[in-house]
Amino acid sequence: MTAVPVSWYLLLAGVLFAIGTAGALTRRNGIAIFLSIELMLNAGNLALVAYSRLWDDHTGQLVVFFVMAVAAAEAAVGLALFIAIYRQRRTIDINRINLMRW
Amino acid sequence: METAVFLLFALLALASALVVVAHRNPIYSLMSMVLTLFSVAVLFVLLGAPFIAALQVLIYAGAILVLFLFVVMLLNLQREESPGGQPAQRWAAVLGAGLFGGMLATLFWRTYRETPAAPLSERLVSLHALARALFEELLLPFEIVGLLLLVAVVAATILARRPHVPPETEAEP
Repeated sequence: MTAVPVSWYLLLAGVLFAIGTAGALTRRNGIAIFLSIELMLNAGNLALVAYSRLWDDHTGQLVVFFVMAVAAAEAAVGLALFIAIYRQRRTIDINRINLMRW
Repeated sequence: METAVFLLFALLALASALVVVAHRNPIYSLMSMVLTLFSVAVLFVLLGAPFIAALQVLIYAGAILVLFLFVVMLLNLQREESPGGQPAQRWAAVLGAGLFGGMLATLFWRTYRETPAAPLSERLVSLHALARALFEELLLPFEIVGLLLLVAVVAATILARRPHVPPETEAEP
């Protein structure tokens, strides 16, 4: 049985991060942008776990634990913000939420 | 065997991540995101982190995405409305992201290509060691994260609450 090299996981994490970045930059729907950011966070988590495997040290896994908790907090507050914005403006299209643009 | 599992779930993760980013309907994006998260959870198991994989399925796929789903259904989101900027802007964004990801991946690849993966050690997989480290070395960050979650819950409740409307100025039904 040949084990998969850790660099493959790191490569995958890099590509997933790039996909998430592209989504966050090109989408116009607030929720979709949020999902893309979650994708980027997940790619980061994958890289952290891969490094923890590489160096045989579980600190990376613990960092992933904290990242997940912060992501949960972020999702709760962000989605509440979207609901509040939707109440005011009837859209969460970010091209139309330009109240703070000067 | 391990290589086959890795390739299968890596490709699945990539394909569903592309659907997340490309699909115009948020519901499909969400469902595809669930698939991505499950695939990445399988990869976590392969990397010797079963606890993180369980957290990924329970917290990410189970809780966070259900929250997203509720909001999408609550707001009754259809397809995206505005086309979104000039096409040149879009392509520039895609190109920039591709360049950045390519650089990142090249960096990872060139740095660690030669490193052979050591056999999985008992200590890395063991939940006992993980819990010890979490509750001894990282106890303070753990408590702070708990506080952060509490603050987030309070903030979300206040933000999403229906604003108080005085009785005589009912703006909208």
